[in-house]
Amino acid sequence: MRSTFGSPVLDAAARLLAPFMWLFAAYVVIHGHESPGGGFQAGVIVAASIILLRLVRGRLAASVLTSRDALTLACLGPLLYGGIGIASFFFGGNFLDYGVFPFPMEPSEVRAMGTLGIEIGVAVGVAGVLVLIFDALARWEDGTL
Amino acid sequence: MIRRLTVLLLAPALVVLLQAAADLPEVGDSTAPAFAHVAPYYLAHAHEETGAANYVTAVLADYRGYDTFGELTVIFTAGLACLLILGVCDKATPGRDGA
Amino acid sequence: MIDLLGPLFLLLMVVCALAALNAKDLLSAVTIFGAFSFFSAVYFVVQDAPDVAFTEAAVGAVITTVFFVCAIQRTSEDDQ
Repeated sequence: MRSTFGSPVLDAAARLLAPFMWLFAAYVVIHGHESPGGGFQAGVIVAASIILLRLVRGRLAASVLTSRDALTLACLGPLLYGGIGIASFFFGGNFLDYGVFPFPMEPSEVRAMGTLGIEIGVAVGVAGVLVLIFDALARWEDGTL
Repeated sequence: MIRRLTVLLLAPALVVLLQAAADLPEVGDSTAPAFAHVAPYYLAHAHEETGAANYVTAVLADYRGYDTFGELTVIFTAGLACLLILGVCDKATPGRDGA
Repeated sequence: MIDLLGPLFLLLMVVCALAALNAKDLLSAVTIFGAFSFFSAVYFVVQDAPDVAFTEAAVGAVITTVFFVCAIQRTSEDDQ
């Protein structure tokens, strides 16, 4: 990135906003069963908070989540999703058949737990990919991530 | 000249589209074709089967989980394609300048 | 009154689209496009589709705008 537009006011505002954006993202993904929201929206909110920090604070904020971490997250998301799908093979179910997991709960709650797992996978993957695209677009002057 | 030609060509298209839009079912019409097949089953059983009060999540993440997996794969592939096209790579990685 | 909200936001979307087409430079066009996304998100809320509205507000109004601005910056760098 050529320059950032940091100023004390923007800096303070971004620092104040970021934790609440993370909290809201956690709420959106966990409460997605009862209210509008889900993994995709939560991932976008997390990515928006990290992009905000990068826009305002520049290279200082890269330590929050480096581009390599973002790449790792982007790969971990689909891995978690597919892993949960494949894990249901081992309990005698079909691919992505979460009802077979041996949790001590009601059958519908077991399915809800499986759904929560894949929503977290979607959120992690989407957040990683969006931060990665931003870093690729607005990379540092020396061409490195 | 080109602009006038465009308007001339697009005006009939607008008329046709508005004509077609008039035949679309009303918003929330329960007899619409989209609500005729699986939607009643989802409305009746989604809560007890998946434990989700938000039926959009129930359909996206549970009944149609395989679709969502494909969607996540598409997003992941798009991110990798962005990295490749924008030519981002670490200077320390060999292969960029023949190093 | 509540019935008029949908057409009102559709009209605002059309106005935003025309303004973005006629904008002088790309940066203002992108900003107006963000406003377009926001109005479309509000329109989805009026149409009882909060999930879609949520996605549209987060992706359309925030992420795409930032990506477009970055792309404009990159392309104008290459022009110099």
